[in-house]
Amino acid sequence: MSAHAEPLGHAHEHEEHHGPPAPHYSSRINPSVLGMFLFIASEIMLFGSFFAAYFFVRVVNGVPWPTPPYHLPVYVAFINTCILVTSSFTVHWALHSIKRGNVWGLRAGLLLTFLMGLTFLITQGIEYSRIGFNTGNGAFATIFFCLTGLHGAHVFVGLSILAFMTIRAFRGHFSQEDHRGVEIGGIYWHFVDVMWIVVYMTVYIL
Amino acid sequence: MRNPLRSEAEAFRFLIVVIAGAVIIVAAAYVDMWVGVAAALLVVAGVGAWVVGGPKPAPRVLVSGTPGMGHRVLLLANPGSSGVRGRLGDGVTEVVVVVPALASTLEALTGAVDDRRADAQATAHALAEELRGAGVQARGEVGADDRLLALEDALGTFGADEIVLVDADEKLLAEVRGRFALPVSRV
Repeated sequence: MSAHAEPLGHAHEHEEHHGPPAPHYSSRINPSVLGMFLFIASEIMLFGSFFAAYFFVRVVNGVPWPTPPYHLPVYVAFINTCILVTSSFTVHWALHSIKRGNVWGLRAGLLLTFLMGLTFLITQGIEYSRIGFNTGNGAFATIFFCLTGLHGAHVFVGLSILAFMTIRAFRGHFSQEDHRGVEIGGIYWHFVDVMWIVVYMTVYIL
Repeated sequence: MRNPLRSEAEAFRFLIVVIAGAVIIVAAAYVDMWVGVAAALLVVAGVGAWVVGGPKPAPRVLVSGTPGMGHRVLLLANPGSSGVRGRLGDGVTEVVVVVPALASTLEALTGAVDDRRADAQATAHALAEELRGAGVQARGEVGADDRLLALEDALGTFGADEIVLVDADEKLLAEVRGRFALPVSRV
């Protein structure tokens, strides 16, 4: 349906329009699609700038990764990765449940997702406190904290969204017919998950 | 092309593909870091190809929704038009009136189109009312600030048998006939 078309009345159903006219949108592109493209573009530029710094430090300048004597906690991060990946499955299950009218499945799925996301963030915080270096310990350390911290900020935003989604789910705001709020939050959470996999591969594995 | 963020299901599918790619990279990096880098490049290329080479949309099959002897008309009128009922032929059963919110360049640039849209809305409302009074099922819509675009948008939701232009000049008539594969007339 075009974005700007406004039905004004039907043969059997006619209502007077009150208030100002509806906002005008260009009909050449759907506003929600445009918004999503702009969001993706901004995220690509944001993460891209940090990854560019990473490649300059590591490839162009040849800084050892990780710079001795420091070590990256690869296995702790791997466990954390598993937790975050699992949380994507639970949010998918939550949405699947509400699509079938299973409200308790939705609530359980969202709660589990939130708890796993929180576990990820807490584990990352503990990792930071025990890692043995800080942002001032050279370019390697700076880029490490910038990349993982940027992703952590995204997880924090995702957790905030999840918290609202979970509260709304327990208050009965979502139904089999109306669950757009879960869909949008789920998309964001999967995006955060994908970005973590990229960060994990780049920073910890390669 | 796939849009991984179109829906949660698409995003989840994309995530699964990324996880599969990550497993390959981890396995390769376990052998040697440079093998891992090579695997990462291949995986990125593969995921890119997967995104770009998504399912092509099925060709649209246009099926007329006109029941029996009905005749559906898409009527394009200018703001301020009136008296269209007498100008439409007999046998018209359903009409969608589209009135474009024609704004000047300055109004369009500054976004000051509220008055133009209100005018278009009033005309669409009045014409639809007039047609309903004559026993024709009708509704009115405000269209884009471009007449052809307004018609194109309306045809996306209304399967018209004919396009009727109210008080159109030769140029517009030719443009509409050139754009749409439907009978076009002018009243």
